[in-house]
Amino acid sequence: MSTPPVPVAELHDVSKSFGPVQALTDVSLRLIPGQVHCLAGENGAGKSTLIRVLTGALRRDGGRYEIEGEPVTTPTPAHMRAAGVQAVYQELSLLPHLSVAENLFMGRLPARAGVLARGDLRRRARTALDEVGLQDLSPDAIVERLPAATRQLVEIAKVLTADAVKVIVFDEPTTALTEAESAHLMEHIVRLRDRGVAILYVTHRLEEMFEIGDWVTVLRDGGLSEAGPIGDYDEDRLIAAMVGREVSSLYPEVHRDAGVPMLRVRGLRRFERSPSIDLDVAAGEIVGIGGLLGSGRSGLLLSVFGAAPTAAGRVEVEGRRVRPGGPRTMMSAGIGLLTEDRKVLGLLPELSIRENVTIASLRRDSRRGLLPGREQSQEADRLLDSLRLRAGSYDQPVSTLSGGNQQKVLLARWLLTKPKVLMFDEPTKGIDVGAKGELYAVIGDLAARGLGIIIVSSYLPELLGLADRILVMRDGAIAGELGRSASEEDVLHLASGDGGKAAAGAADAVADDGTEEADRDS
Amino acid sequence: MIPKLIWREPIPTTTITSGASAASGAGGTAPAAARPRRRVVTLGDITGRESGGLVVLLVAVGILTLTSNEFLTTGNLSNLARQVAIFGIIAVGELLVILTAGIDLSVGSVLGLSGCVTALLLVRGMPILVALLLGVALGTVLGAINGLLVTRAKLPPFIATLGMLGIARGATLVITDAKTVQGLPTGFQTIANGTVLGIPNLLIIAALVTVVAWFLLTRTVFGRYVYAVGSNPESARLAGVPVRTVTISVYAISGLLAGLGGILLTSRLGAGIPTAGTGFELNAIAACVIGGASLFGAKGSAIGAATGALIMGVLNNGGNLLAINAFYLQIGIGVLILVAVGFDQLNARRAASSG
Repeated sequence: MSTPPVPVAELHDVSKSFGPVQALTDVSLRLIPGQVHCLAGENGAGKSTLIRVLTGALRRDGGRYEIEGEPVTTPTPAHMRAAGVQAVYQELSLLPHLSVAENLFMGRLPARAGVLARGDLRRRARTALDEVGLQDLSPDAIVERLPAATRQLVEIAKVLTADAVKVIVFDEPTTALTEAESAHLMEHIVRLRDRGVAILYVTHRLEEMFEIGDWVTVLRDGGLSEAGPIGDYDEDRLIAAMVGREVSSLYPEVHRDAGVPMLRVRGLRRFERSPSIDLDVAAGEIVGIGGLLGSGRSGLLLSVFGAAPTAAGRVEVEGRRVRPGGPRTMMSAGIGLLTEDRKVLGLLPELSIRENVTIASLRRDSRRGLLPGREQSQEADRLLDSLRLRAGSYDQPVSTLSGGNQQKVLLARWLLTKPKVLMFDEPTKGIDVGAKGELYAVIGDLAARGLGIIIVSSYLPELLGLADRILVMRDGAIAGELGRSASEEDVLHLASGDGGKAAAGAADAVADDGTEEADRDS
Repeated sequence: MIPKLIWREPIPTTTITSGASAASGAGGTAPAAARPRRRVVTLGDITGRESGGLVVLLVAVGILTLTSNEFLTTGNLSNLARQVAIFGIIAVGELLVILTAGIDLSVGSVLGLSGCVTALLLVRGMPILVALLLGVALGTVLGAINGLLVTRAKLPPFIATLGMLGIARGATLVITDAKTVQGLPTGFQTIANGTVLGIPNLLIIAALVTVVAWFLLTRTVFGRYVYAVGSNPESARLAGVPVRTVTISVYAISGLLAGLGGILLTSRLGAGIPTAGTGFELNAIAACVIGGASLFGAKGSAIGAATGALIMGVLNNGGNLLAINAFYLQIGIGVLILVAVGFDQLNARRAASSG
């Protein structure tokens, strides 16, 4: 570090807003050849926005962007690729049905007079694959049949086939990989670094940053929190830099007493070899489930609801065992599920608001297969009114509503079934702040009325603000349980699994604290 | 694609109208206060998505009344009714399948097979009622097999019913040896050719089928489930809708109505014709589409399908009366389908941009 290194790509005070929401505020970033630059931050801190500005997928509102000292004026993805900025995404961009070679050179396949030059293609693919250590992989292999790690490497090989790669962005590349595969990938990244490529590495796994990072930039709420050599940090300092925020008062301040057990799940396994999961929810209790993306939270809810196949386990509602029989059975037993992806797994877009609300309760209130009468639709209307749904008419198609209002429609659907346990998967995803507060109030209210509530959320303040108890999942298993007084750091520690036993011990301690505090309250 | 990581982008909420907040302010006990704002009553509000079809039908009838002396005669009208009836019955069955975002290409072949099997049974001396029930049952079973292929074997509806189209037609040709089955009892022939109070039986049956389907779709839980499955099967499943049962049922009903159509056609023609019903599936689909159904599911009505069938019947009938070349009529109906769907798309886009 005797002479100051020259950055290959540099962002200066870059800002970006989506309507009223400021996603990035005056963020600066210097990518230096031969360095792995880690980008840290919670979900929603602005990491992805920053990456998209860098790769040209988004246009910045303000600030400067320079590549090798030249200002970038037309940041389009094609232009940025040509300038040497490439990205490897968590969700791969390969075409699954085509061969490896075709994928590597898609868009610029070697051809003579429109006829594919197969020999040439294969030769060039061979070279590219050798470069990432895939000597054994045939260029003719079909991408779909390759394991995730190999696909990831093919993706990297594809990035490297571009001329003059200067910057590679890795966006959570290890999410879908096993430990061994991740380690392998790390080696490749180090090799790329040694070749003088500037690397921006985004991950939720703290240990990976310490393993390969040279420099770290921490984002928080769209702004720059801290930046410095990774050597200056330990995990606690890094997490503190990521979090460093108070839990806002959006959340209902209620003290509830957990009542009788409503839901008991014992030994639930999604597949033969997946970890066994136990889960309890009492009446009036809000149980939060935290964890990283892909840690198995949504899968757990779907399994409990009978919508995803399970290999083993028993589910009891109010002490009575419910035999697995799909969502219908669980629904009749008193369980409701509000899914994360409302469009794909929730709404019936062509149907009206009222029809969307009543669909789950038609059978219960029906006589001889006829549609239930006016009482049901009036009850639905009352629910919608009490949830303050904003709509011109409850007869309009549900697809005309905004995200927050669609969520209210789904909530009304489940409330109409008079459930005993309600499960929410990322209830406030895509919902603006105002509607969020309302939703939190309703959830608190439902718990106070004696429902058992489960909430899966990636948004830690929400999880901490709402839940009485937090289960943290990691790799499909429950990594630990935290009490009401848990901090974001505790959740992150458990979720990213650093420190192994130490973290679990800490979690126990925190859980103990939690119960003590609860005792004091009561 | 990085959807899971993106910043929670704001989604604009509809503005809070003072009326709505006042209603909800009353602690949720306010009566259904959601009143539609600034509505202009249009034909579409009264008749729903069939309105376009009804307009076309009325215009066509009007033009024909003015241009042809024969159109508005009892003879021609009952002739028209006979032509359209079987067609309408098939179209209503097809509609149920289309509402679930499926398609049934086998209705024409199933119609042919049911008709010929019934004819063969009758020729062998089976009582009319038994032969009739067996014919309808055969259609139902074939339809249910379509449904099982779609739900259990997970075949795309297009493929499952395309296979059935070939199988049923082939089976018809095998059992009849490709020869017309003749010598049907006159009692059987009166089913389709008789009248009640001057109204052709066929018309009564078709009207009955349409009304039952209308009732099923608009007044029963099953009907609502049909729309739900067509709207989004995964969402429907998670809301406790028995998606599989509903899907199998609509194909079975489509088969049942195809079987009924086959028997009625055999009765009307007084013979079992092995090639009867060839191409009916496309006409049935056309009738549904002209009547406002969407091939993406969840949009359409029984009345609409019947109207669509009627429009095609009237156009054919009028073409004959006015001595228009039948080939041009085919072109005309083709254009009508494109215009009907094109208008629908235009409306949808306009609604989306103004909403």
